[in-house]
Amino acid sequence: MEFWKQLIPPFDFQQVFVEPWTEYLDSFLWIFAMGFLVTAACGFLGTFIVWRRMALVGDAISHSVLPGIVIAFLVSQSRDTLPMFLGALGAGVLTTVLIELIHQKSRIKTDAALGIVFTTLFAFGVVLVSLYGENVDLDVDCVLYGELEHVIFETPVAFLGLFEAPNSVLRMGAVTLAVMVLVAVFYRPLLLSSFDPGLARSMGVSPAVIHHALMALLAVVVVSAFEAVGAVLVIAMLIFPATTASLLSDRLPVILGLTLLIALLSAFLGLHLALWLDASTAASISVVIFGMFLAAWASRCVTRVAREGFRR
Amino acid sequence: MSNFPLEAHDLTVAYDRRPVIYGVDVQVPEGKLIGILGPNGAGKSTLIKAVMGIVPKSGGWVKVFGKPFERNAARVGYVPQRESVDWDFPVNVMDVVLMGRYGKLGLTGRLSSSDRDAAADALEKVGMLPFAKRQISNLSGGQQQRVFLARALAQESDLYLMDEPFVGVDAATEAAIIELLRELKSRGKTILAVHHDLPTAQTYFDMLLLLNMRLVAFGPTEEVFTQELLQKTYGGRLTILAEVADQRVQRK
Repeated sequence: MEFWKQLIPPFDFQQVFVEPWTEYLDSFLWIFAMGFLVTAACGFLGTFIVWRRMALVGDAISHSVLPGIVIAFLVSQSRDTLPMFLGALGAGVLTTVLIELIHQKSRIKTDAALGIVFTTLFAFGVVLVSLYGENVDLDVDCVLYGELEHVIFETPVAFLGLFEAPNSVLRMGAVTLAVMVLVAVFYRPLLLSSFDPGLARSMGVSPAVIHHALMALLAVVVVSAFEAVGAVLVIAMLIFPATTASLLSDRLPVILGLTLLIALLSAFLGLHLALWLDASTAASISVVIFGMFLAAWASRCVTRVAREGFRR
Repeated sequence: MSNFPLEAHDLTVAYDRRPVIYGVDVQVPEGKLIGILGPNGAGKSTLIKAVMGIVPKSGGWVKVFGKPFERNAARVGYVPQRESVDWDFPVNVMDVVLMGRYGKLGLTGRLSSSDRDAAADALEKVGMLPFAKRQISNLSGGQQQRVFLARALAQESDLYLMDEPFVGVDAATEAAIIELLRELKSRGKTILAVHHDLPTAQTYFDMLLLLNMRLVAFGPTEEVFTQELLQKTYGGRLTILAEVADQRVQRK
């Protein structure tokens, strides 16, 4: 028993749940906002990504972003957000174009083409980091796991004179809002081309245009989330809220709403879990969403058994 | 002035430079129920997909009611193969039928109550209105096909292109579908359906289009449904009578 007690850190309700919302509210609020916005944007867009069976394209983009960032740094000689963002976005779009190109111009299937492209680009990025390592101030841990807490070290900037917030939180907020507005405005063409590309084409909606627009949007979201949650855990944010919500409902609009609820809940619980265990925030959020996925799965199994039990 | 519902000249489609259909010339008259027949790989689905631009043409042209397809897309209803979509997709029966209305709405238009009424009417006609709120994976094959048909009805088109509407459906659904197609025809609509069952083809369709990469024959069923033309379509090595005989031998 003693051994197990050593493994689990002591839990102090006051310290884990109360103090962040009282004494450290200024900084904690922004970490929470960032966690929610990243999970919400990924979850919302992820719903379409998952149902179009492109879940791993997000994985590919998040890895191939590395050379984009390094090259942007070498060219601009700065760590400003804009060149970093453009470099990463360019790499993300290049990834989807290359996957498509290899798939169309050879007999290689999409999954293998995906594996070729993102590992190559990631390796290219690693080589660049090794070559110009002393010039590039890149932390490998940060690339892989992200640093959500970094938002508190930023100097807050004013937003429309209403309030002050860290720059990256404002940027992520804009991205999240853009994703939701675009999905709402183009909901029907998106739904149609995801469910039945043939009918969409016959109605003059080009599934290829929708596909590439979605890929570009995915690149924007992944690149924005990259700094906060890293290359690996962004996949959890893309896939888990969407799959969890899909287990709970059979209607797409409800599923989209549920991903936002899941984002809110997992950001809240994940942050407090990270405080308690003194662990990575992004990883803690992912663990919480995984827990929700298991709960949703179990509840679906239980309701099915109950329903079929009644029928007999 | 030729305003055929569908007119194709020298229509050619190739995948990876390998032709799938080659030099198809056809003028489809209005108000007919037409079956497209041919062996597997003959390009039956490709033909109707090429008409709608779902697969790119390598040569030739297509006109729908005298204009390029894109200008008259709203007058064409489409029923894809049932297996071409993911039936686990999180939409219900009503959502799917409403998709039939999307073509008239433009990219960002909103559905109105008249769209919902049209969708409900279409569901009523195929006997699926009680299932409107049902998730589409909880339907039988025949019910799924009826939903696709209702969606095409909701398109309120003048020309219907249907890809294997009778595959995997129960006898009751098959009878209901053919009755519905005849009703559409009586209202002056033109229907082309890809079909694979020879015995029923003879009774279902006014006209037959026999296809095996090239157009073998197109004309009234009684003129086209001959041993000679069918043999030409399905290949000399395999006569229809021999096929039927084979099946009898296997059963014994």
